[in-house]
Amino acid sequence: MLGHRTASVTVTLRNSCRACWLAVPGLVWMALFFLVPLGLVFAVSFASRGTYGGIVWEFTTANYVDLLHPLYGKILSHSLWYAMLTTACCFVLGFPLAYMIARSPARWQPVLLLLVMLPFWTNFLVRTYAWMILLRHDGLINHVLVSLGLVATPLELLYTPTAVVIGLVYGYLPFMVLPLYVAVERLDPLLVEAAYDLYASRWAVFTRVVVPLTMPGIVGGCVLVFIPSIGSFITPDLLGGARSMMIGNLIQHEYLVARDWPLGSAVSFVLMAVVMAAVVLYYRQGDRSAGPVERR
Amino acid sequence: MRRKAVGLRAVSLLVMLFLYGPILVLILYSFNAAHLSMAWRGTTLKWYAALIHDEALLAATANSLVIAVVSTIGATGLGGLFAFGMEGMSRSRQQLLEGSLVLPLVIPEVMMGVALMLFFVMIKLPLGLTTVILGHIVFNLPLVTIMIRTRLRKLDPALPEAAADLGADAWHTFRYVTFPLLRPAIWGAILVAFTVSLDDFLVTFFTAGPGATTLPLKVYSMIKSGVTPEINALSALLVLVSMGCVALSLQLQRREV
Repeated sequence: MLGHRTASVTVTLRNSCRACWLAVPGLVWMALFFLVPLGLVFAVSFASRGTYGGIVWEFTTANYVDLLHPLYGKILSHSLWYAMLTTACCFVLGFPLAYMIARSPARWQPVLLLLVMLPFWTNFLVRTYAWMILLRHDGLINHVLVSLGLVATPLELLYTPTAVVIGLVYGYLPFMVLPLYVAVERLDPLLVEAAYDLYASRWAVFTRVVVPLTMPGIVGGCVLVFIPSIGSFITPDLLGGARSMMIGNLIQHEYLVARDWPLGSAVSFVLMAVVMAAVVLYYRQGDRSAGPVERR
Repeated sequence: MRRKAVGLRAVSLLVMLFLYGPILVLILYSFNAAHLSMAWRGTTLKWYAALIHDEALLAATANSLVIAVVSTIGATGLGGLFAFGMEGMSRSRQQLLEGSLVLPLVIPEVMMGVALMLFFVMIKLPLGLTTVILGHIVFNLPLVTIMIRTRLRKLDPALPEAAADLGADAWHTFRYVTFPLLRPAIWGAILVAFTVSLDDFLVTFFTAGPGATTLPLKVYSMIKSGVTPEINALSALLVLVSMGCVALSLQLQRREV
């Protein structure tokens, strides 16, 4: 059916496929400015650093071995931890919202979804900066807390891991809500009601009916939040301190400050491997989501 | 059942507050007369006035606009051709290309930034406006191609067929049937590419030389180097511009339906 439709749209273009040549400039562009640079990073990750920061083309795996050093290991492991924590927080905040939107009157749904997406379209730097105003030592949150007498001295909120996770959750929450909304919207409300009729507790309904049936959306949302979180640079750079450095900051540091390009390249490829693993997870779940449970 | 719905609504409301609170505070404080304090010292527009006289800021805005316009034209041209070219290919090749086009959109931007910087340094192309534009086309091209292809797939196949039945050749069918039907999608893609280019920080950060400061780079350095209230005003303005772009793109999509 679908194949037939696509085939007939292209019937006018297919004649001898002269049209295929139209794709060539774009392909060349992406090969030249995307694949070649990525290949270069890969090659450089196996080279060594010159005395003054240049690249010496001698094959070595030392850069990857260096990453096992506790200092780098710590940055890698707590980046993973922040990204997973961000994903979990987005799920906890995003699920009720997605559920509420999917169960509101049909004409309100697009408006509510738009409201979720709108902040996403504002500049990321600006959105992160807004949290600096709130979390600063003399920021709004401390101002309110002190004037209400809840704390005697302002809390240290900015430049902490907490601030980084708050910033990441704030930045990527919409990515969680959209796939969850799609999944909940497909979930037949009768199944939930049937579970209640069979005396399932609220928790049992959630864990044994709602979660299994919305799994594709949950995995999709988690992957879509995890990927940008693990690769983030701006949020930890602006909201985090020296000890909440993430992989992205390490790459920038190695490239622009330490000028150790081979090591920076090795870090990049470790990051890319993590991201690719998440992408594979996403596509495998996508195949499964075409499975049996669909709303009639 | 009823109580559950109330709880759900309360949580949703809090999440919405979480999403909009910071932006509203930012806009509100851009009108605060106090210098760097959270205490309210009356309403003022002086921070906005200061923006207009900031030469460096105006130059950065001009750079951003040049980069956004040129990279949008480049990406729309190349990406549009790419999308049309893919139409004629076999199904498996289409799927392969579609899969590969997602790659530039999912790899961490910081990685794309360093990769491009490394590439430009190695081919000895001096970093500046040119390199930034080349880089912006790299992430905008897949975006444009995917958006136009999504629309192409939704087209009613009967329309080009009817044109062919009426004796139109491939070019005339494209020129008078397919292209007009695609126009809203193309405008949508142009708007998205323009906005993404205007907002981009990381790729620009790595590929811009000293002379090619853009608005986001300027915002970044203002945030980093001691905060002046001017940055609040500038941020508030950027929020308004983004919202305007979204409104415009929604308007276009509505016409499309």
